[in-house]
Amino acid sequence: MATLAQRLEAMWAERPGLGSWITTVDHKKIGVKYIYTSFVFFVLGGLESLLIRAQLARPNLELLDPDAFNQMFSMHGITMMFLFAMPMLSGFGNYFVPLMIGTRDMAFPRLNAFGYWAFLAGGVFLYSSFLSGNAPNDGWFNYVPLANKEFTPGPNIDFYCLGLIFLGISSTGGAINFIVTILKMRAPGMTLNRIPIFVWGELAMSLQIVFALPALTAAALMLELDRKFGFNFFDAAEGGDPVLWQHLFWFFGHPEVYIVVLPAFGIASAMIPTLARRSMIGYTYIVLAEVATALIGFGVWVHHMFAVGIPALSLSFFSAGSMMVVLPTAVQVFAWLITLVSGRPVLKTPMLFVLGFIFTFVIGGLTGPMLGLVPFDQQVHDSYFVVAHLHYVLVGGAVFPIFGAFYYWLPKVTGKMLDERLGKWSFWLIFAGFNLTFFPQHILGLLGMPRRVYTYEAGLGWDGYNLASSVGAGLLTVGIAITALNILRSRRRGAPAGPDPWGGETLEWASTSPPPDYNFETIPRVHSREPLWDQPELRRGAQPVEAGAYALDDGHQVLSTSVVDATPQAVLHMPHATAWPFLLAIALTALTYGILLESPLLSALGTVGTVVGIAGWFWPQGETQET
Amino acid sequence: MRALRRGHKLRAVGAGRRAPIAVLSTLLTAACSGPASMLEPRGTVAARVEGLWWLIFWIATVAFVVVLGFLFVAVIRARRPDEPDRSSSPSGERFVIASGVVVPAVVLIAVFVVSVRDTSDLARAGRSSRLVVDVVAHDWWWEVRYPNGGVTANEIHVPVGEPVRIRLQTADVIHSFWVPRLAGKVDNVPGRVNWTWLQADRPGRYRGQCAEFCGLQHAKMEFVVVAQPASEFAAWLNDIASPAQAPTGVAAVGEQIFLGTTCVGCHAIEGTEADATVGPDLTHLADRETLMAGAVANTRANLARVITHPQAVKPGAVMPPTDLSPDQLEALLDYLQGLR
Amino acid sequence: MSAGVRDAAEGLPHHAGGTRAFGWWGMVGLIGTEAMLFGSLVASYFYLRFTSGPEWPPGDIAKPELGLVAIMTVVLWSSSVPVHIADLGIKKGRQGLLRWGLAIGFLLGATFLVMQIMIEYPQTLEEFSPTTNAYGSLFYGLTGLHGSHVVVGLAFSLWTQVRAWRGAFDERRHVTVQNFAMYWHFVDAVWAVVLVTIYLSPHL
Ligand code: HEA
Ligand code: HEA
Ligand code: HEC
Ligand code: CUA
Ligand SMILES: [Cu+2]
Repeated sequence: MATLAQRLEAMWAERPGLGSWITTVDHKKIGVKYIYTSFVFFVLGGLESLLIRAQLARPNLELLDPDAFNQMFSMHGITMMFLFAMPMLSGFGNYFVPLMIGTRDMAFPRLNAFGYWAFLAGGVFLYSSFLSGNAPNDGWFNYVPLANKEFTPGPNIDFYCLGLIFLGISSTGGAINFIVTILKMRAPGMTLNRIPIFVWGELAMSLQIVFALPALTAAALMLELDRKFGFNFFDAAEGGDPVLWQHLFWFFGHPEVYIVVLPAFGIASAMIPTLARRSMIGYTYIVLAEVATALIGFGVWVHHMFAVGIPALSLSFFSAGSMMVVLPTAVQVFAWLITLVSGRPVLKTPMLFVLGFIFTFVIGGLTGPMLGLVPFDQQVHDSYFVVAHLHYVLVGGAVFPIFGAFYYWLPKVTGKMLDERLGKWSFWLIFAGFNLTFFPQHILGLLGMPRRVYTYEAGLGWDGYNLASSVGAGLLTVGIAITALNILRSRRRGAPAGPDPWGGETLEWASTSPPPDYNFETIPRVHSREPLWDQPELRRGAQPVEAGAYALDDGHQVLSTSVVDATPQAVLHMPHATAWPFLLAIALTALTYGILLESPLLSALGTVGTVVGIAGWFWPQGETQET
Repeated sequence: MRALRRGHKLRAVGAGRRAPIAVLSTLLTAACSGPASMLEPRGTVAARVEGLWWLIFWIATVAFVVVLGFLFVAVIRARRPDEPDRSSSPSGERFVIASGVVVPAVVLIAVFVVSVRDTSDLARAGRSSRLVVDVVAHDWWWEVRYPNGGVTANEIHVPVGEPVRIRLQTADVIHSFWVPRLAGKVDNVPGRVNWTWLQADRPGRYRGQCAEFCGLQHAKMEFVVVAQPASEFAAWLNDIASPAQAPTGVAAVGEQIFLGTTCVGCHAIEGTEADATVGPDLTHLADRETLMAGAVANTRANLARVITHPQAVKPGAVMPPTDLSPDQLEALLDYLQGLR
Repeated sequence: MSAGVRDAAEGLPHHAGGTRAFGWWGMVGLIGTEAMLFGSLVASYFYLRFTSGPEWPPGDIAKPELGLVAIMTVVLWSSSVPVHIADLGIKKGRQGLLRWGLAIGFLLGATFLVMQIMIEYPQTLEEFSPTTNAYGSLFYGLTGLHGSHVVVGLAFSLWTQVRAWRGAFDERRHVTVQNFAMYWHFVDAVWAVVLVTIYLSPHL
């Protein structure tokens, strides 16, 4: 008789080859695709920022003409937010959430595959705007009336609206998938208060996406109706109001920044206990803080609009909200710090990135409540001070943890360690380059330099700081390139990682590196928050069925467990690899281009394709949990 | 240069009995000096905000130093991996609540109160103004109108030591009115009338710039606030409301050229039939220091370029190039340069 | 059970309805996000209403007619009843209740849509269109968004019916029916919000 592993392998393995790359529904393969694709977008967004920095290195340069510059900073912001940060963190979530909660896939594997293809298609759609030289050019928050047909007659903003609606479908599907996976698929015994903090971070992110993203979708839809069909939502002359756009955008836009930072905090919280060799102090407070941030985050959006001319009373309200949202973040910062100092940190590269993350994020965080004060914000709003704030929190708060995660988690993905020496070089270059790039931007803001200017004149005291900033961006690039090379190099020359290179406490380390298609030979029963530190048998191979583990070896199955205490409720059958999600994404792409180009033929084809795609997707294929 | 001079002052201060904090502030201000620096305020509003800035700056610095201390301890405690410490830490948890909730809450409430008080004090102070100036933002220049009918562009004259209220509107997209050394910004929003006020405490020219992204030439949408002693201001105001001097000689030919070409379709000159409002009013063009919202200095050569190649001076500007023979151009320049 | 390992899973059901099914949670998520989409438009409606002048609807547009809408409302809301019966029915294995409930629900929903497109819109379009002013944009934007959800609901219903008539569901397997019913009730519930916002609030 075949061994358990062989039987599971037969049920979970997908046919190898190029085709499987398209049809896969395995959360690990999809996660890897997300991670690498969003890294490519990171490089593209980074190259755009290098052009920005080159243009601004000296006064009155003419490297880029004004329109090209506007497209650069707009696509830089859009890329970094929607095509890098969000999908990168979804990618890590995709790969690691099922492993950390001890299951074999995400709740809706085909939706997961579709989410990836829609993300890729949305990204390609947005970038195809460069082919005709008409990339979005009104900034990532795309204020009307500048973005109306009257002032931006080209297709630039149609790319923006349609692209964001498209990407929104992808992120919403992904978010719902995370929520269901996390609530319903945890290993038996993993009660709510034993969920790893990273998983909480992904859950908080997903809830924010579900509730905040529709505001952006609605805004983009309304703007597209204004532009293409002459609706008047934002036209002041016809009873509309451009400020409505700002409310809708920022109702999404503020939660968006926490959408990016909460899972990144989660990454830090995953690394800290392992690398500081100490249980996290204040687990409960951290979890409550993440939830509180997600909630309060919905009540501060007007702090992006302090100069619009809104009555002072409501400004004070949102100012107070911005003070409040500091508290849950401060709780997390101090929980990390106290855990670090009462443990014995191991100063390997991922830990350096954690320390660098706290250093930079706190600087950015501290300028946050400053901006939340109305009179001060009215001075620095839309100046480089804000650019400095947003990069300290975004690069500090998300890019540093993500790079830490490359060193910490990619060994699990590839089975190969990254090189420490290169890692340290990379860290120090990134750390120095980052601070050299963005610290001077605070001063530029105080010196009165507005953001989004394609050039500036000499003699305003801005020259030196801009030059420093541009030089810093160069250092930063070298640092990033070293990590990219390090990752490539590790594929062939990296030391073998073994199942648990860091002595971690969460379930992903109970599996081999890379994990088998079925993740775990048996779904373990866990008894604490730190199963691997508590149940040493988990390190030595599959937990035996006698100890309460589940083999689920007579089908392509997962466990459905209860929300609060994760007691098993049902065995559900998961769907197999399929090309329909891919085809559906292509049909939607055709439809999107059809609308953009106002081509009835393409739109009709896209619509038909979409209907066929959905039908094919849901066509009954025997037993699945979706019956 | 300026920073250096400050450096000398710094040493002098350090030798005195001022606290080291003052030394540091001065040093920082030195690093932050420039013609549009909000840390060298010359107006009531900006000065008040500068005070707020230093308060929050020092609070943030202290908070950061605390964090840095922890990071430092973490690094010096670092060592090789060993068995994890699994103990719980009630005192650690108390610390998390104290430093993560209690202390920041107290500090933030205090700061919030200060800032709300600043806002309301400033709002009250602005109400006592007697002068209201209309500022209408256009792609990409500023139209400025005084109650006595005087019109100009990209230059706002105000009397020193007196609050002046400014009514902000826009002719097209959203722009934002910002003079860092005098006051914070307020947007010009379609369909709305917004108000701000400023008061310059010393005579001088203060740089202003559009702060809300407004398209191609957002970067070159500057203006200047000229603060003058009351009497000088009164004279200027009187002057601005009267027509320009009548042209004579070649300039009179220039006037005819102006009125006979496309110019008249977009610009106004008081005292002539030109009264269009698409572009800046040129009645007192020769009094302005710059052309095209700060893009170039107001010299004869630049003026010629503005007329013949506006797109080279300011790519994207809403003014088309005009073909003129050299003689015509010279006459037109004579005329425009006589507009005082 | 095949040659597999004997584990505690042997006692667990292999189909799940209610909150044990992933689909139930997925549908709740979808409804949550859709509710926010409608919420954004409703918020926009009231925002624009209260920032525009005292006159609402603005211009020469009359306040919305309530007669036709009352009938449409009754038709739409009554469609939830057979759908609910179908849902309850299949949980007890009653194929007839399932099939006929879905069919009647479908007809009522389709009637609503036909009334909206064939009777209501032609009437209102004579008076104002989406391009007339922001009120027009809001009116057609919000009712149109709801209408498009009815269309999706009807397509979902058709799909469920085809499978119902082919006998795909029974008392153990009915997640699709359950999901369809939840979606349909949501579309009906959102109509209440649209009704209050678009049709009733201008009369207040
Ligand atoms: C990761 C993303 C991220 C994060 C986490 C934050 C965090 C915060 N942000 Fe930031 N923000 C952005 C991303 C982010 N922001 C972006 C992208 C923009 C610009 C958008 C655009 O215009 O393009 C922006 C802009 C922005 C503005 C508008 C500025 C303007 O345009 O005029 C404001 C105003 O209130 C603000 C406030 C805050 C506050 C109060 C926090 C707080 O959550 C910060 C809390 C953290 C700390 C304070 C540090 C840790 C705490 C301690 C060490 C305790 C001690 C502290 C005290 C006693 C104060 N942010
Ligand atoms: C997560 C978000 C994120 C990230 C990571 C970044 C990263 C960077 N940003 Fe960006 N930025 C934003 C989000 C982000 N930014 C947003 C939201 C805005 C506002 C946009 C708007 O106003 O609408 C903005 C605006 C903005 C501006 C202001 C533009 C303006 O107002 O005119 C500037 C200017 O300096 C800038 C610079 C940079 C730089 C130098 C980096 C660097 O950190 C980038 C470093 C990365 C690279 C340089 C990649 C290159 C790597 C390689 C080339 C290696 C390849 C090698 C191999 C594969 C072997 N950004
Ligand atoms: C289509 C309208 C249009 C026409 C025609 C036009 N202008 Fe202009 N002009 C403008 C606008 C708009 C500006 C402001 C541009 C800016 O700063 O962005 C301007 C700016 C100027 C300025 C600079 C004003 C200042 O205060 O900075 C001068 C001088 C000027 N125009 C002269 C002329 C002359 C002379 C002609 C005819 C030969 C002419 N213009 C034709 C629209 C026009
Ligand atoms: Cu006007 Cu920017
Ligand atoms: Cu915000």
